[in-house]
Amino acid sequence: MPLISTLSNASARGYGMFSGTPAATNSYESIATVTVGAGGSSSISFSSIPSTYKHLQVRGIIRDTRATNPDSLLLTFNSDSSTNYSYHYLNGDGSIVDAAAAASATYIFLSRFPGANQTANAFGGIVIDMLEYANTNTYKTTRSIGGYDSNGAGAVKLDSGNWRSTSAITSLTLTPANTSFVQYSSFALYGIKG
Amino acid sequence: MPAGSTYTPIATTTLGSAAASYTFSSISGSYTDLVLVCTTRVTGAVDNDDVLVTLNSDTGSNYSATYLNGNGSTATSGRNTSTSKGYWLYVVGNNAGSSTYTVDVINFNNYSNSTTYKTIISRTANSSNGAAARAGLWRSTAAITSITLNCPNSNLAAGSTFTLYGIASA
Repeated sequence: MPLISTLSNASARGYGMFSGTPAATNSYESIATVTVGAGGSSSISFSSIPSTYKHLQVRGIIRDTRATNPDSLLLTFNSDSSTNYSYHYLNGDGSIVDAAAAASATYIFLSRFPGANQTANAFGGIVIDMLEYANTNTYKTTRSIGGYDSNGAGAVKLDSGNWRSTSAITSLTLTPANTSFVQYSSFALYGIKG
Repeated sequence: MPAGSTYTPIATTTLGSAAASYTFSSISGSYTDLVLVCTTRVTGAVDNDDVLVTLNSDTGSNYSATYLNGNGSTATSGRNTSTSKGYWLYVVGNNAGSSTYTVDVINFNNYSNSTTYKTIISRTANSSNGAAARAGLWRSTAAITSITLNCPNSNLAAGSTFTLYGIASA
């Protein structure tokens, strides 16, 4: 188990070995993980997502083979490729702040992450929340924070998205807007109970 | 199928009095991601000041970050490159109203793999300076085993709270 240390005047409280506090909470569960192998991948998907949670969260690290500019993710649900998506974003690239939106899109546009022309071994990070994903009365709203830094270039981006469907989300697909994910890109799906 | 519960509190502390620094050490590599929640204030007589986040005691020029900040009137973005100061937070100082703290949620995704550099994503709520988001890079393939927070210009104030969670994926 991890240890903690304080250098001055802290009242520290540890878990696990330090107290009888249970080490794990019961409301956040790992559902599945996809890690891209040596051959790369044009997209990743999670399918057969159970409806037993209140919210979903995807956490990951991302890099692709794009040789020019940083890339972004395209998020779709339940294999719906029609124009039922919309999104807004706020982005900072180290000098410029920009915001944009799209209506009647065929995907939710997310994040920024590095490609082949960025520092080797640098990956983007992302956390995506899909709120009330199993509610059959409402359209589905997503929010995310993502970005990367490659020591001289980078971006950090806040996104919101909407899927105009009252269906429960049972599958999701993440695709690079250009090219393919490289090896070690990894995405983990979690369920949060209500 | 779900693999079971995971969002494990690893350790937490509330500073009983001002401290020069605080360190989470011997962090297990058994999780996929770390999430550090900081409620922070510094003792300097300033509106805001830096709190530095150093990984594995690395004080080399191996950190960089890009930020997005909104201060109530202007949105800005900037970057630090090849800095030795570590990943940094911008938190309220002693000029802020009493009991005012800055809250940061910092994500260290895939912190324990030994293949990639480590990416850090965080959000800040600073009642004195606004809202911010950051993406950072630690150019090391080492697993993160310790995280140190310190303010180079003053101390971490009493009442500052730091809680580290581990998330394990299936």
